[in-house]
Amino acid sequence: MKPLLEVKNLTMAFGGIKALDGVHLHIAPGQIAALIGPNGAGKTTLFNCLTGIYTPTSGDILLNAPGGKTRRLNGLKINAITALGVARTFQNIRLFGGMTVLENVMIGRHPRSSSGILGAIFRPPATRREERDIVDKSYALLESIGLGDSANELASNLPYGAQRRLEIARALATEPRVLLLDEPAAGMNPQETNELEGLLTRLQAAHELSILLIEHDMKLVMNLAENIFVLDYGEEIARGAPQEIRNNPAVIKAYLGEEDDAEAQ
Amino acid sequence: MKYFPELNKSFVIALWFMLLTFPILVIRVNTIENIVVWRWINLALIGIAAFVLSFLWQLYLKHKTAAAPDAAAHQSALVRRMSDPKFYRPFLLLIGILALVFPFVASHYQINIMTTALIYVMLGLGLNIEVGLAGLLDLGYVAFYAVGAYSYALLNYHFGLGFWTLLPAGALIAAFFGLLVGFPVLRLRGDYLAIVTLAFAEILRLVLENWNAFSFGPSGISNIPRPGFFGIDLTLEQSAVYMYFLLVALCVLTVFVIHRLQHSRIGRAWVALREDELACQAMGVDKTRAKLTAFALGATWAGMAGVLFAAKTTFINPASFTFLESAMILAIVVLGGMGSIVGVIIAALAIILLPEYLRVLGDYRMILFGAALILMMIFRPRGLVTPAGKTYEFRCADPPPAPEEKGRP
Repeated sequence: MKPLLEVKNLTMAFGGIKALDGVHLHIAPGQIAALIGPNGAGKTTLFNCLTGIYTPTSGDILLNAPGGKTRRLNGLKINAITALGVARTFQNIRLFGGMTVLENVMIGRHPRSSSGILGAIFRPPATRREERDIVDKSYALLESIGLGDSANELASNLPYGAQRRLEIARALATEPRVLLLDEPAAGMNPQETNELEGLLTRLQAAHELSILLIEHDMKLVMNLAENIFVLDYGEEIARGAPQEIRNNPAVIKAYLGEEDDAEAQ
Repeated sequence: MKYFPELNKSFVIALWFMLLTFPILVIRVNTIENIVVWRWINLALIGIAAFVLSFLWQLYLKHKTAAAPDAAAHQSALVRRMSDPKFYRPFLLLIGILALVFPFVASHYQINIMTTALIYVMLGLGLNIEVGLAGLLDLGYVAFYAVGAYSYALLNYHFGLGFWTLLPAGALIAAFFGLLVGFPVLRLRGDYLAIVTLAFAEILRLVLENWNAFSFGPSGISNIPRPGFFGIDLTLEQSAVYMYFLLVALCVLTVFVIHRLQHSRIGRAWVALREDELACQAMGVDKTRAKLTAFALGATWAGMAGVLFAAKTTFINPASFTFLESAMILAIVVLGGMGSIVGVIIAALAIILLPEYLRVLGDYRMILFGAALILMMIFRPRGLVTPAGKTYEFRCADPPPAPEEKGRP
């Protein structure tokens, strides 16, 4: 099967420093994959390349739509990539704090709606329908992540775990094919992480999503991911099923250091 | 004693004020008789006043910290009540009737200052799109105002076009200038954007001042016609009333359009852009388009206000479009509450009308005006009306799946 998202030989250099160096990665439709690696390995840089925040120095990012059309994402604008079906959340939560929970999700409907200035001023039936649709779909998404009751609260007033879930709902509102989650479980307690795991599995099935997640919580990664990619110093050092990664000496070395280093501590 | 710390602090503050004001308010050098007059009575008055005021102030603060949570709840309840149609409809009706009756009971002078205030309402609402909604700090808003005014004056002078042709034309030309400024500043944010827009306004003003062949320089353009009324000649008084109604109508139009824009897909995109530019783009909002529409639509209202200003005063020159004007309009937006239509209207009326009505107080009026502004910022730092998020009605098609988790605060 053709992978949905394909990254080929991707290099991202900042001046002389190569944050990513020849990275390959692919995600099949409907697959949950994980991207792991020590701090500073280039995981978030890869996300930023995938979503258009950075333009990669070289290499290809290809999105193969189910229809068979392939789009190269390099150098596209951030919003154009979102419109093509790649959505993300952020490592440090970036909600619109001054807007309500529902409005946050409604923003996500932006690329899937079209009314312009004249539509806004004259509100023809088409615009009214679209608005109605935005509200309903957004609310349905909130319900599905268990935030329906807080729809009219300010996003900044939500507890931390709920804010993380709201970011996921906001990303889902853009109707992505691929969802990129940057440390979705960061700062959560074990129980919340458990709930997140259930939520992600459920959402993945409901929206027929492919998910790529960056995560440090190995239990979550091992439970969720079918495929794991390991980065270290911008290079891919391993890939494979959770079981293979768990026992891969290169990965153990990257995380724990050399054998004698570990003893020296 | 219960209030000892407050009394003690007030005493120190009173001493401090007496010391500060000593050189100005106590010593007076009489240069005619070459003597120094010591006005000790002033010192005593200052001391007593500072002591009493500071004591009251501290009591207030103490009371406020004790009742803080209540106040917040009260505030939001008030906002909710205000947005209930049952409450605000009769209120709007009353304001409408007052606005209609006003020109027939007020003097010519009153009508004139009210008309000026309404021009500022339009300007404030327009700038509110840029600053309040989209978060683009524009310190050169007056440039678009000038573009509108000069469009009317010059196109009328050279081509004899009338007010009703040039009102939309002025708006369009200003919108075009909005795009012109918008393009180079797309990448800028916050302070940097403020500096560039400020510079743009100054450049435009200097061009108008020095390019005599084009804009008649500092001497400006006079004899700009007032708006026509079906070809009937109006007296000065009638024309003032006409102008007033014209502005009321246009302000209503402005409020209507901006309200609709605010609660639309575009309005939401602007607010999201203000809150977090990167996340906003990641949600599929085209930053370039959102910013340019904000600039263009904001400038449109300034352009219209400019045409009206030129038609009202029948004379314009670059001195009307200095940085002070921009600062005034920005003050209206900040005082009113960023993004709040009602707040901006109240603030515009207050800022323009207060100095006029305080004229009876002579030279003290600007001091009082300044004090009012400072008090505002102390008591309501987020503006008169803090915009609350819109509450949407949603329908649940089917019973929601029971959420099995609840976040821990």
